Amino acid sequence: MTKATSMPIIQVRDLLKSYGSVHAIKGLTFAVGKGQVVGFLGPNGAGKSTTMKILTGYLQPTSGTAQILGIDVMRHSIEARKHIGYLPENNPLYEEMMVMEYLEFVAQMRQIPKSKRRMMIEKAIHECGLGPVVGKDIGVLSKGYCQRVGFAQAIVHEPQLLILDEPTSGLDPNQIIEIRSLIKKLGKEKTVLMSTHILSEAQSTCSRILIIHDGKLVADDTPLQLTQQEGGIIYVVVAPKQGEKLSKKQVLEQLASIFGVTKVEPINEYQDHGVAMMVGYDKEDPRADIFQKIVSANWILLEMRRKEITLEETFRRLTKE
Amino acid sequence: MNAIVYIARREMQSYLNSPVAYVVLGVFLLFLGYFYFSTLFLIGFASMRNFFSLAPMLLVVFGPALSMRLIAEERKSGTIESLLNFPVRDFEVVLGKFFGGFGIVVIGLLFTVPYVFSVAWLVPKEMSFDYGPVIGGYLGLLFLSSSFVAFGLLASSLTKNQIVAFVIGFVLCVFFFLIDKVAVLMPYSWAFIFEFLSVDAHFANIARGVLDSRDLLYYLSITTVALFFTTRMLRRSRA
Ligand SMILES: Nc1ncnc2c1ncn2[C@@H]1O[C@H](COP(=O)(O)OP(=O)(O)OP(=O)(O)O)[C@@H](O)[C@H]1O
Ligand SMILES: [Mg+2]
Repeated sequence: MTKATSMPIIQVRDLLKSYGSVHAIKGLTFAVGKGQVVGFLGPNGAGKSTTMKILTGYLQPTSGTAQILGIDVMRHSIEARKHIGYLPENNPLYEEMMVMEYLEFVAQMRQIPKSKRRMMIEKAIHECGLGPVVGKDIGVLSKGYCQRVGFAQAIVHEPQLLILDEPTSGLDPNQIIEIRSLIKKLGKEKTVLMSTHILSEAQSTCSRILIIHDGKLVADDTPLQLTQQEGGIIYVVVAPKQGEKLSKKQVLEQLASIFGVTKVEPINEYQDHGVAMMVGYDKEDPRADIFQKIVSANWILLEMRRKEITLEETFRRLTKE
Repeated sequence: MNAIVYIARREMQSYLNSPVAYVVLGVFLLFLGYFYFSTLFLIGFASMRNFFSLAPMLLVVFGPALSMRLIAEERKSGTIESLLNFPVRDFEVVLGKFFGGFGIVVIGLLFTVPYVFSVAWLVPKEMSFDYGPVIGGYLGLLFLSSSFVAFGLLASSLTKNQIVAFVIGFVLCVFFFLIDKVAVLMPYSWAFIFEFLSVDAHFANIARGVLDSRDLLYYLSITTVALFFTTRMLRRSRA
């Protein structure tokens, strides 16, 4: 687990939330330190939005505590809310309002002093690239621009913490990329907690990933660590020397005798000459030993590569059943 | 506390930006004008008394109609979540919504002022038009509207569906409007309570030009009670 050095921006302890008989979160504990961009992953219904709604002070947890900058979100809800910018799932907005009108309303509700309001609204408009649409009704905007309005209302009061619930869902690939770079830009100054179903997005945008499943935390690590766990699979192709012969059985026996190898399986679809194998291992990477073995058996090593574990595979392993 | 003003202002702006507002207000004014002037010419006597007995009945419908959207619509579109995430207290949100809805009703009532002048103009020269009951009547309407808007707001906080909100608000208003009409069927000691609870009976007092603190207190209390329960409903949606 990653530990925050100074006071954490988010501190969640034993958080529990039930909707009647539905237990949405079943005891969550984690902390997020200043400046981190944290990806919040989990299958549908895992409890991501519920957790976020508790952090933003909208929902009351059933038990447990949550603190934002050390402020309890239940006991000092109003104070805690001041430090948060929140983009809710589905980004609900007042469609009948103009972008400018809406941001003015948000700035008022965020208690930005009148003298600074204009300046801070302009800044948010600029950062989110809303310039061309400030005078339009929100109802007529494209989904990409709506999302930018959602971002602008979340950052106008310059909060330290941004909570983004599926910020790129429903956008076209171009918009997704632009919104991601916006998140990256904002993440330079702010702490960000964002949920997403696009794992590559979490991998490329976040410095840390939390995976929850069925209301419980099942992983908390950097994207790199999550894709480099112990064990894996190596793909090997071996060929006989000129004029010699080679059977699958021979190769299988040789490879299986290597220390640390747990499983060897021939790949039957392999078409070229030679024998292809999948070699499974559980601890140390055995590629050096495989190479030695093949050389000493007087065969030719045509190909050898380690199969990358994707975040998808880790995710599937942690959240299946 | 500024938040109350901001929310009320946004509410009124949004409302006046939507065609529905003009339709509802228009229909209100049309009904009131039609019923009022048709009976006026029937009696052939220029007075506002009829106007002030008609207006409460129409407000039983239009109060809830104008306030049905206040919270229900935000629940439906999901904007309630952003609204309740601002660093303001729930009761400030409720008061903002209340004054927003009340403001719209006041605008509707302002549009009826020309009726007064046209009636004053119809009064023969030798008789002077008495503005006293008119001022009392409008004051009464304001208090009555505040309770109806509060009922409508409470109804609006119970559901996502504006039509359902309207029906609940309407039933609440009708209940408090008609309760003194059943009082005659009750034993005397009961009748007193029923009459005290009635919106209409208190209105009649004010409209007569009798400003009694008990009547004002009555409206203030039922408005406060309705707003209190609305705040409770918002709190419940956080649980
Ligand atoms: N208002 C509610 N009433 C009852 N149950 C709810 C409510 N909101 C959420 N739930 C349930 O709580 C669980 C967690 O929901 P939540 O919305 O937090 O999941 P999520 O991780 O955000 O899912 P998704 O990826 O689909 O957005 C689900 O089983 C959901 O059905
Ligand atoms: Mg969700």
